[in-house]
Amino acid sequence: MEGRQRNGVAPVGTVPSEEPEAGPGASDLTRRDFLGGSTAALVAAGVAPSVGHDATAPTVVQQAVPAAPRTAIRLTVNGVEHAFEVEDRWTLNEFLRDHLMLTGTKLGCERGECGACTVLVDGSPVYSCSTLAVWMDGKSIRTVEGLERDGRVSALQQAFIEHNAPQCGFCTPGQLMAATALLERNARPTADEVRRALVGNLCRCSNYNAIVEAVLAASGSAASTGGGE
Amino acid sequence: MRAFVNRNARSVEEAVALAREATLAGRSVAFAAGGSDLLQLMKDHIPSRAEAGEPDVLVNLKGIAGLDRIESAGDGTLRIGGLVTLSALVGNALVRERFTALAEAAETVATPQIRNVGTVAGNVAQRPWCWYFRNGFPCFKAGGDRCFSAGGENQLHAIFGGGPSYIVHPSDLAPALVALGARFRVAGPERERVVSGGDFFVLPRQDALRENVLADADVLIGVDVPAPAAGTRSAYHKVMDREAWTHALASAAVVMVMDGDVCRSASIVLGGVAPIPWRVPEAEALLAGERVTAELAREVGTAAVAGARPLAKNAYKVPLTRRVVERTVLALAARA
Ligand SMILES: Cc1cc2nc3c(=O)[nH]c(=O)nc-3n(C[C@@H](O)[C@@H](O)[C@H](O)COP(=O)(O)OP(=O)(O)OC[C@H]3O[C@@H](n4cnc5c(N)ncnc54)[C@H](O)[C@@H]3O)c2cc1C
Ligand code: FES
Ligand code: FES
Repeated sequence: MEGRQRNGVAPVGTVPSEEPEAGPGASDLTRRDFLGGSTAALVAAGVAPSVGHDATAPTVVQQAVPAAPRTAIRLTVNGVEHAFEVEDRWTLNEFLRDHLMLTGTKLGCERGECGACTVLVDGSPVYSCSTLAVWMDGKSIRTVEGLERDGRVSALQQAFIEHNAPQCGFCTPGQLMAATALLERNARPTADEVRRALVGNLCRCSNYNAIVEAVLAASGSAASTGGGE
Repeated sequence: MRAFVNRNARSVEEAVALAREATLAGRSVAFAAGGSDLLQLMKDHIPSRAEAGEPDVLVNLKGIAGLDRIESAGDGTLRIGGLVTLSALVGNALVRERFTALAEAAETVATPQIRNVGTVAGNVAQRPWCWYFRNGFPCFKAGGDRCFSAGGENQLHAIFGGGPSYIVHPSDLAPALVALGARFRVAGPERERVVSGGDFFVLPRQDALRENVLADADVLIGVDVPAPAAGTRSAYHKVMDREAWTHALASAAVVMVMDGDVCRSASIVLGGVAPIPWRVPEAEALLAGERVTAELAREVGTAAVAGARPLAKNAYKVPLTRRVVERTVLALAARA
């Protein structure tokens, strides 16, 4: 898998294990900017992976690979129109995260088995890891970055905060998008309808009860307490 | 993923032509509908067609107008376009009402996200989910000359119709479609043809490399399901090793034409247990002209698995399948 391979050759050994200090006087570089920037710089400088490599193994010389086919597409992402020349092989996830830098959408399994990558395509939840960017021509995409309005999080996001729906938070953007689609279709779902709508979103922290509670709370439904049914 | 070219087809003819053109130019080609199966294979560098290898060209079918419709023909035949999504099928009132097994089958597929992109044609034509095939073993299904499950980890494999490959057909729609008498409409370089459910799926002993009759440039344009006779009811029951998001360990699509509490005729097709949707005529025959009692349902279940040949690690599927058939028949007879 391309993503995996890229992770595999990333210069892991050179990424600092400590986050930059955020004390007074520290630059306001975020962790993401720092890691993103340093990794990009290393890749650009052609730093070869050294970790775990046999020194006697022949050096892999990067052949001049013919450019991968690209296609110009137009699409709307969170209300903003984009014209972009995408590689035909990019997944929607790759396009959003690596090229539009919308890293709120996560990549977990990269095979339709976790839901962390869920975004809305024309209002319907879809796994962004399992569709191609080139197929999004003319479509309207919504990601977690598009949920807030005028700097305020959505009612659903607020309910997630109040009900401690995120634990590690990795599944949260996907859960939010699947639940957003549900509430747009069905403003007052039952707990069971919430569970059915979120069946395609795993939470590795297993915080399902809090997630269902949060969605019910955001829907204004009375039955927002108690996990099981 | 390896680099490839995406070509958007605007019509069935164009899709067939693009596929042929690519094949003649020595490039491997795959049709893409929702991509929910195809892209997983491509990411893992597993051939989407045994003979062709990884695709150089994707012919994207999603832009073909009209193939995403569900229509009722004058004679009551349900005409389902190949690009109809599983979500659309689940949400269609006519399908739910008159072709219930099909709606129930679609509803058991994976998750809402996959049903939102996954299509009827892609569901029927999806490649096997055998763990050897999906993990890159050079088995028959990948163009190799062996089935690793035969003497290996065959917990999820076939108890009927196996050999030389022991995959199970992964589609949930397929058993329901076959039980409902669906015909498969195929467009190819020659003329359009209509293939019965019995002929569309191919056993490994006929051709170990493929699961159906679709040739490289054949597009499955849709399925036609004949109008059900008066008194027809149908159901699909699927057993999984968890509540959702996975293929069947065993499933049954049952269609019964009822006259009061007497069953005039029945068709029973099993999923998850054979390399094709597996029809069990002996079990069907037991129901014809009979009142459906608990006793009879038990006999029908027993008859359904009479021909089972389990492998070393999947004998559990025999009683499981027997009970799936028994309870589905009984529940259907009791359904108003
Ligand atoms: C995690 C996971 C769980 C799943 N669980 C289930 C399940 O429980 N039950 C189930 O039935 N399926 C399951 N699936 C398979 C799922 O991919 C299919 O259900 C889906 O319907 C495939 O449709 P698609 O349009 O996305 O197919 P695609 O991926 O586009 O195509 C699948 C195959 O069919 C071919 N094809 C597509 N359309 C045509 C056409 N019109 N003519 C000729 N060939 C065509 C493609 O070339 C490809 O080889 C699961 C998949 C995943 C990833
Ligand atoms: S990353 Fe897409 S489903 Fe897991
Ligand atoms: S909060 Fe950790 S995976 Fe859901």
